[in-house]
Amino acid sequence: MDATAPLAPPDAARAPAAGPLAIDLRGLRKSFGPVRAVDGIDLAVRPGEVVAFLGPNGAGKTTTIDLLLGLARPDAGTVRVHGLDPDRAIAEGRVAAVLQTGGLLKDLTVRETVRVTASFFRATRSTAEVLRRAGIEDIADRPVGKCSGGQQQRLRFALALLPDPDVLVLDEPTTGMDVEGRRAFWDALRADADRGRTILFATHYLDEADAYADRVVLVSHGRVVADGSAAQVKNLAAGRLVSAALPGADDAEVAALRALPGVRAVERRGDRLLVRTTDSDGVARHLLTATAASDVEITARGLEDAFLALTGDGATTTDPTVGTTADRPTETARSLA
Amino acid sequence: MTTAATTATAGSTTAPAADADRAPRAGLLNPAFLAVELRRLLRNRRTIIFTLVMPPVFFLIFGTADAYTAQSVGHANVTAWIMTSMALYGAMLATTGGGASVSVERAQGWTRQLRLTPLRPATYVATKVVVAMVLGLASALVVTVVGLVSGASGDAGRVALSVALAWAGSVVFAAFGLFMGYLLPAENVMQILGPVLALLAFAGGLFVPLGDGLFADIAQVSPTYGLAEIVRAPLTGDGVPVWAVVNVLAWAAVFVSGAAWRFRRDTARV
Repeated sequence: MDATAPLAPPDAARAPAAGPLAIDLRGLRKSFGPVRAVDGIDLAVRPGEVVAFLGPNGAGKTTTIDLLLGLARPDAGTVRVHGLDPDRAIAEGRVAAVLQTGGLLKDLTVRETVRVTASFFRATRSTAEVLRRAGIEDIADRPVGKCSGGQQQRLRFALALLPDPDVLVLDEPTTGMDVEGRRAFWDALRADADRGRTILFATHYLDEADAYADRVVLVSHGRVVADGSAAQVKNLAAGRLVSAALPGADDAEVAALRALPGVRAVERRGDRLLVRTTDSDGVARHLLTATAASDVEITARGLEDAFLALTGDGATTTDPTVGTTADRPTETARSLA
Repeated sequence: MTTAATTATAGSTTAPAADADRAPRAGLLNPAFLAVELRRLLRNRRTIIFTLVMPPVFFLIFGTADAYTAQSVGHANVTAWIMTSMALYGAMLATTGGGASVSVERAQGWTRQLRLTPLRPATYVATKVVVAMVLGLASALVVTVVGLVSGASGDAGRVALSVALAWAGSVVFAAFGLFMGYLLPAENVMQILGPVLALLAFAGGLFVPLGDGLFADIAQVSPTYGLAEIVRAPLTGDGVPVWAVVNVLAWAAVFVSGAAWRFRRDTARV
């Protein structure tokens, strides 16, 4: 079973060939020494799409974004933004970005930062307009050093709005913000997305991808492992995990479980059997009446599990829908909680 | 693979049109950027104290003894001679600090933020140099004004030329500051460069005459020594030694190529 099977294959998103793509990444590869940060990413984003680039830390999201913006050069592959190479797209203000690493000068005020950035472009939206749209007009005269992390992030957002870009790229835009800051930031971004701008944002928060993106692209180990609508990704999480102790379970017993209605996968782990199913009652009944199973546990699978199953190490080697997940609380898992 | 993205069809609403509004700005300097940078300079109290207050205070300490105002070095008194030394020291501090400010902005990530804009790296560096030279001029002028009201005297044209040379020559240190700013990762790079500049000032005989000895011999190859000789030449009337010019040009070449080398590494796409 292939990891991408539950969703449309990445190339399907490329279907309508009319007009240029907003973002067109093909065969991107980038290594840092022995580390393959990006290992063959293809991504086609049509104008107006809001795409979440979802994956755990180290999946290659930031490197891909650097390549997309021309901040790094790919070892192989091509990058086109509205048909332009990234440097040209930046110079023309067709693509703008909110990056984690983009620093601000603490001694400038919010308004000064916007004004000086505007001076680099030939034509921009007005300072007042971008401050308003980023929701920071009330702190325009505050020194940047006295702004909270969330306010600074909205300032970066305001700067990105200046050239009225066709494509807006955001790398983990709400990292380090409190709940209130996150909501304010997404409200501002959502309002902007409604105006038809193409938006690509990287995140490791599944709920952000779910709430704000039309399309979710899952990346892991520098590759796209799934690509589809947020609803499709949520479907991955449907169903439950039934676990039971069944020492010495033979192949016939496993086959019988697989044959039950709703069962998607069965995995043996030590003396336990793990069954992924949409009908947990049926599986439990079968286990308790037709086998010697004991200690039956039924757990609901969260989005988090589906996410980890698809992006974790086990994704390419075993059935992605069962295993290698719940008992492996990683940094990512906690951040998703 | 489709080629839809690379061959934008004419008449498509989303295809980038070649409109002039989107073209990056021409010209090396951008007045709005320069204005903001100058305003930031005035806000930086520490820089102001170090570059505009310290050199004249040093001058008042070292250069205003009665004996100095009475004694001539040729076309000016010793006080004027010390004044131009301090003008050079002040200009050096200012231009080095101005150049080295790129280090802070790199550390804070501002230069990376700038790479998301059409601002050309050459404009950024040129602006830094202009701002450094403005501060250098201010520093040299403050020392000169304090000097002239505190007993410095001499041939007006020669004193003016000496101060002008101190200011113009300090551009070498703007390159030094840029080089160090791109080389050193520290956010407080001036805490390293401050003592270095003090040492260089001693090597150039800016604080006290060098006299003879090992330090004086070593000092002759320092970047301040040649510049100090050139700055003082109008006051003494001795003429400019060729090796002093060679010294300044050689160090200028080292600093400019060093800064260019580090700058290219900094802006290179990896």
